[in-house]
Amino acid sequence: MSDMTQAAEAAIDTQSQEYLVFSLGSEEYAVDILKVQEIRGYENVTRIANAPDFIKGVTNLRGVIVPIVDLRIKFHLDKVEYEGQTVVIVVNVADRVVGIVVDGVSDVMTLSSDQIKPAPEFGETLSADYLSGLGSLEDRMLVIVDIEKLLTSEEMALVEQQAQ
Amino acid sequence: MDITEFYETFFEEAEELLGDMERHLLELDLDEPDPEQLNAIFRAAHSIKGGAGTFGFSVLQETTHMLENLLDYARQGELILRTDIVDLFLETKDMLNDQLDAYRNGAEPDPEAFARICQTLKKLALEELGHGVGSEPEADTVPPERVADEPPSSAAEDKVDEEASEGQTQEVQDAVADSGWLRVVLLNVSDKDRELLVEELGNLGEVKEQHGDAARYEVVLESASSRDDIEAVMCFIVEPEQLDIAAIAAPTDETTQGEADAAAAPAVSQDDTPAPEASASADAEQAAAPAEKAPTQAASSDKPANAAPANKGGGGAKKKAGAESATIRVPVEKVDQIINLVGELIITQSMLDQTASELDVAAHGPLVNGMNLLQRNARDLQESVMSIRMVPMDYVFSRFPRLVRDLTGKLGKEIELVTEGQSTELDKSLTERIIDPLTHLVRNSLDHGIEMPDVREAAGKPRTGQLTLSAQHQGGNILIEVKDDGGGLSRDKILAKAAHNGLTVSDSMSDDEVWQLIFAAGFSTADQVSDVSGRGVGMDVVKRNIQAMGGHVEIQSWPGKGTTTRVVLPLTLAILDGMSIKSGSEIFILPLSAVLESLQPSNDDIYSMAGNDKLLKVRDEYLPLIALHDILHIDGAEQDPTQCIAVILQAEGRRYALLVDDLVGQQQVVVKNLETNYRKVPAISAATILGDGSVALILDIADINRLHRQRANSPKHAELTASRQEDVVS
Repeated sequence: MSDMTQAAEAAIDTQSQEYLVFSLGSEEYAVDILKVQEIRGYENVTRIANAPDFIKGVTNLRGVIVPIVDLRIKFHLDKVEYEGQTVVIVVNVADRVVGIVVDGVSDVMTLSSDQIKPAPEFGETLSADYLSGLGSLEDRMLVIVDIEKLLTSEEMALVEQQAQ
Repeated sequence: MDITEFYETFFEEAEELLGDMERHLLELDLDEPDPEQLNAIFRAAHSIKGGAGTFGFSVLQETTHMLENLLDYARQGELILRTDIVDLFLETKDMLNDQLDAYRNGAEPDPEAFARICQTLKKLALEELGHGVGSEPEADTVPPERVADEPPSSAAEDKVDEEASEGQTQEVQDAVADSGWLRVVLLNVSDKDRELLVEELGNLGEVKEQHGDAARYEVVLESASSRDDIEAVMCFIVEPEQLDIAAIAAPTDETTQGEADAAAAPAVSQDDTPAPEASASADAEQAAAPAEKAPTQAASSDKPANAAPANKGGGGAKKKAGAESATIRVPVEKVDQIINLVGELIITQSMLDQTASELDVAAHGPLVNGMNLLQRNARDLQESVMSIRMVPMDYVFSRFPRLVRDLTGKLGKEIELVTEGQSTELDKSLTERIIDPLTHLVRNSLDHGIEMPDVREAAGKPRTGQLTLSAQHQGGNILIEVKDDGGGLSRDKILAKAAHNGLTVSDSMSDDEVWQLIFAAGFSTADQVSDVSGRGVGMDVVKRNIQAMGGHVEIQSWPGKGTTTRVVLPLTLAILDGMSIKSGSEIFILPLSAVLESLQPSNDDIYSMAGNDKLLKVRDEYLPLIALHDILHIDGAEQDPTQCIAVILQAEGRRYALLVDDLVGQQQVVVKNLETNYRKVPAISAATILGDGSVALILDIADINRLHRQRANSPKHAELTASRQEDVVS
């Protein structure tokens, strides 16, 4: 309890936030930990016909049907394998529950606002719109993904667009 | 605290209250209005007004306020209800519903409609009561013979009468309050607020006297409203502690009238008001009032006659308050969550069961017993939880008396509505979706089914036609019947019309087949398109809606005796009887209700048509043969049709054969929405969770057929598939 309070105070003091760091191939990404509901293994995914290739299908999360997105396919990574290390990060965005497949989860980090640099205005596969910034941590670079924006975007085809 | 949080509760309550109001209005016996019912209607209007005021829905508040005043006169017997007045009240109720909807959607209600209804209500008040809504009748010296002539329910100007009619709404235990005179003291109220308050008091009764300053302002009020009512209204503007309301003795007899200051006020107000015109119309109304009732009632006998209903009304209010605590209002999501959890429990239980069944019973007796017990408890629990979603059919049936009343008036027919099995329960989501189809069927019966009174008489039937709505459980289904004793369907007319519409018909068709024709699109045999029905867009929609709910509809008809439409629906949409099938390594669920039969096709029965298309001959019928693995792009599925199983399915009136690799089994599945976290998927209606915890998709029978036809119709089959892919992506 006291740890949490301290963390909360720290967050207010320095405008720092906690991020869950995960890896896709050799790259390191981070998402706001408050969006993460849980982490589980990749198993029992039912394929959905006629869906884009990065949507692996749906799975049963304690009675809730949850779509599973493989970010490695979405980001055009070369090596896409499903093995013991492959995990699914279950995130809660825009009142929806979505699972994202990643190569591994490394740790939880606190980044203060001065550690986050603005994202460069380029990127063909991952538009800067979906990035909150780049986190620099000694010699590591974390790509901080605005997971809510990314998953509700039109190109992810997860959400029925209002206009349609 | 954010007041908007309570909006939804208010809307729900107001809706229920409006429903109550309508029901009471319809049930009201105009010759002898039941005071308890009048009170109930009044209370409904009053509660809505209070809530609307609290939340600042001013249009709603004003409309209900006017209605409430009229209702108040009605329950005091000053306004004699007639059919057209009740019609107006019903119209106002509809208007209130519209206003409520507008507020619910965050919009302001239509000001024109509001102005119109205000006008109509005010006009009614003027015509019937001889004064505007909200002001008390002008006291006047009453000619003695009129006192004797009037029924106790007419505008009571005589002091004795007045006291009596006041007594009707007063709280009996408050003896002083019987006089209807109240002293309202306003403490520390600003001038602006005071004006508002005095105006509001004027609406509640007659302000007899007012004086004082900002610190202490005294108003003497003669009003039929109780202290609590007045306080409730005033509290919208001031704090309760700024108010002091006390009942005071009224100057009822000549002596008090002579000496009391208060008596001067009414006298002044008589002179101020445009009395001549108003009282003239009041006179006219009284002259029109049923004279035969009046002479039996002498002025002296009014008191006891009026006191009795007042007591009854009070008792009714208490009864109602007691009944309310028997139910609780729970958001649907909470119930759905419980249903989900119980579904999970059932899955876990069947997993355990599977494991336990592999054990040696002798060695693990207690465990196996425990598993059996768990299974039974889990099923019981599931059943009880499912029953929470169930609501009685009364919820649906209760809206038809109004429709029948409106339509019979419009059509000039005499029709009696009978409802049976109102307590039969059905899933809430289904009751909402069955209302529209049922309304269509009822309209049809009223318009085309039941004949005009004269025609009926000529045919030797009672002038009043009968429309019966009934509901009953039949196995896992509910059977809803709409039955009329009208002329029945005309076989010849339907056949002629069907031929005219280009449908293939023959005279040798059985009656049942002929009746099914009326479900075809654009079909109506009504000689004239009326306001009510006959445009030919009804029955096909009815059938489609009912099928979308997993039900079906059939018609029975006897010439000259009537028509019965039977709608059969599953009790719930949350559970589905499914057949699990396999294609490649994937498992899918087919709704069992759509499965007609399954067979292994032989090469002789498969015909090709126009290259790619295949037909399967099943007992002299050629059905399109659709391979599931083609539609869903399943790898590793059996390509040779003769090694597959063909499941004959029926959807939206069309049959086709679906090729699958294997049948796995039949089971009840809990239906899970795919759209909660994902989106609509072509060819898939929903998902479910199998015993091993994996997800299986439930196939959308009609959509598969549609997808197949889309592809078949396009010569560039591959391109279409590609563009569909893009559709999904974009």
